[in-house]
Amino acid sequence: MNRLKPMRFIATAIVGAVFCATFATSVLAQAPDVPQVGPLQKLQVKHMESHIGNITGSSENAKTNYRRYCVGCHGDYGDGNGENAVWLDPKPRDFTIATFKCRSTLTGTLPTDEDLFNTIARGLTNSNMPIWNHLSKQERADLVAYIKIFSPRWDKEKAGTPITVPPEPPVTLESISHGEALFTKLECWKCHGPHGEGDGPSASTLTDSQNNPIRPYNFALGGNDSRFKCGSTNQDIYKIFMTGVDGTPMPSFADVIQPNDAWDLVHFLRTLQIHRKSKENDVLMAAHGVIPPYVDKTPAPAPAAPADNKSPGGGQ
Amino acid sequence: MRTRQTLLTLSTLLVFSAVMFAGTVNGKVTYTGTPAKPKPIDMSKEPSCAKQHATPITTESVVTGPDNALENVVVYVSSGAPDDGQVPPQAVTFDQKGCQYVPHVLVMHTDQELKIVNDDQTSHNIHPLSKVNVEWNKSQPPGTPPITTKYDKPEFISVKCNIHPWMHGEFAVLKTNHFDVSKGSGTFSLPNLPPGKYTLTAWQEDYGVQTADVTITGNETKEVNFTFKAKAY
Repeated sequence: MNRLKPMRFIATAIVGAVFCATFATSVLAQAPDVPQVGPLQKLQVKHMESHIGNITGSSENAKTNYRRYCVGCHGDYGDGNGENAVWLDPKPRDFTIATFKCRSTLTGTLPTDEDLFNTIARGLTNSNMPIWNHLSKQERADLVAYIKIFSPRWDKEKAGTPITVPPEPPVTLESISHGEALFTKLECWKCHGPHGEGDGPSASTLTDSQNNPIRPYNFALGGNDSRFKCGSTNQDIYKIFMTGVDGTPMPSFADVIQPNDAWDLVHFLRTLQIHRKSKENDVLMAAHGVIPPYVDKTPAPAPAAPADNKSPGGGQ
Repeated sequence: MRTRQTLLTLSTLLVFSAVMFAGTVNGKVTYTGTPAKPKPIDMSKEPSCAKQHATPITTESVVTGPDNALENVVVYVSSGAPDDGQVPPQAVTFDQKGCQYVPHVLVMHTDQELKIVNDDQTSHNIHPLSKVNVEWNKSQPPGTPPITTKYDKPEFISVKCNIHPWMHGEFAVLKTNHFDVSKGSGTFSLPNLPPGKYTLTAWQEDYGVQTADVTITGNETKEVNFTFKAKAY
């Protein structure tokens, strides 16, 4: 009798498994290629377009990819309330308000399709938004169009005009030290700290526009692979402070910095990335033998070591 | 021809009567309960501003006066006003002085020009946290020209400076020119209201909104009072 018990159990298990499998197959058979649950099934995808170079993206084509890659954080309704959102800091972007951090356009305006396209490819450093450049350009263009279905602003407004970034002047000691003076005068240090380490007097009080705490960028972190949120080239840095990072405490300086001054500031900001090899740091090294912010703090030879043998985020 | 003349006479009469029989709504805004005490602001991190205040200033979210008076409450005609959509040609000015916003509550009409001035020796960033209107955030170092802008949708917008976290102001963007901000005694006055039915709304940044209906029949003065329940925190 006791021997029969396991047999009976196995039999029940088999019957159960068969039942489950049948049930699952019948359910899956009805489901489309990609499992679609919740409100998206009912959501009629509005037709929106994006234009990147000669690629035209359309929102309908991105429904599957949005479902597969984006919905977990950005949510069914694009409001940044995906199921992962509670665990994330910074929070996923809320597409319903159409406020975007990385733009080539002035503060308060919509970004260009290219801006969004690049953001998807690049990902956002210091956040949970990964790099998506394994998606084809067409797929990314479609996703850019898809993002636009969530806010009526895309129907009413045109993207802002990209700011012009004049050619970069040569990096000189004067340029860097003038940039440093601007960093002080424009009070960048109030948030970013005197050495750009994100520890200025106001840093601990900052909140984004959704009232979530937010940290100012720490320039000193990271090595050669360190990136800014909106790109890694000098042109990108130029754009970040000129256009501002909308939805965050970082304002736009487009009205208050002349193009030449802006380049000086870019050159100085590069020197705050003390572990990153750059022409700016080379100029400082040639002149001083060390990178100035650390003259007082560190014994001379230590910071003189080239940045490329340091691990990302490594200190002295 | 005759029709046109009659129309003209009629409209002249209408305009005339509107001017002749304009009513006024006067009133007072008060609170019940115990409001939170204004907190002193520590400006020691910004000496150039701190030295402008002989005694430390306090937060202005709730400003009270004698006899439970409530100051800085925006009272406006939220429905029925005859001149909705008439944008005043002159600009309104929002000043940053001593690391404070002057005035604390600034009322403007939709599409009215807004001028933001920095009178301080320090950089500010003006960050109006609009939800209905487009959000922007601009730096304004000392000595730079005023920022001119406007809002095209009615909204109450909190304004802050991220560099000086204690700075806090409010924009009230309205679709009417019939508004007042309650004085230190809590009083307000809405003159020049032609006969009609109106809804008045009183808005306090921490306590929310209250509405009241009022009918003006002729050349009269009506009294409408608003009482907000104070929050202790």
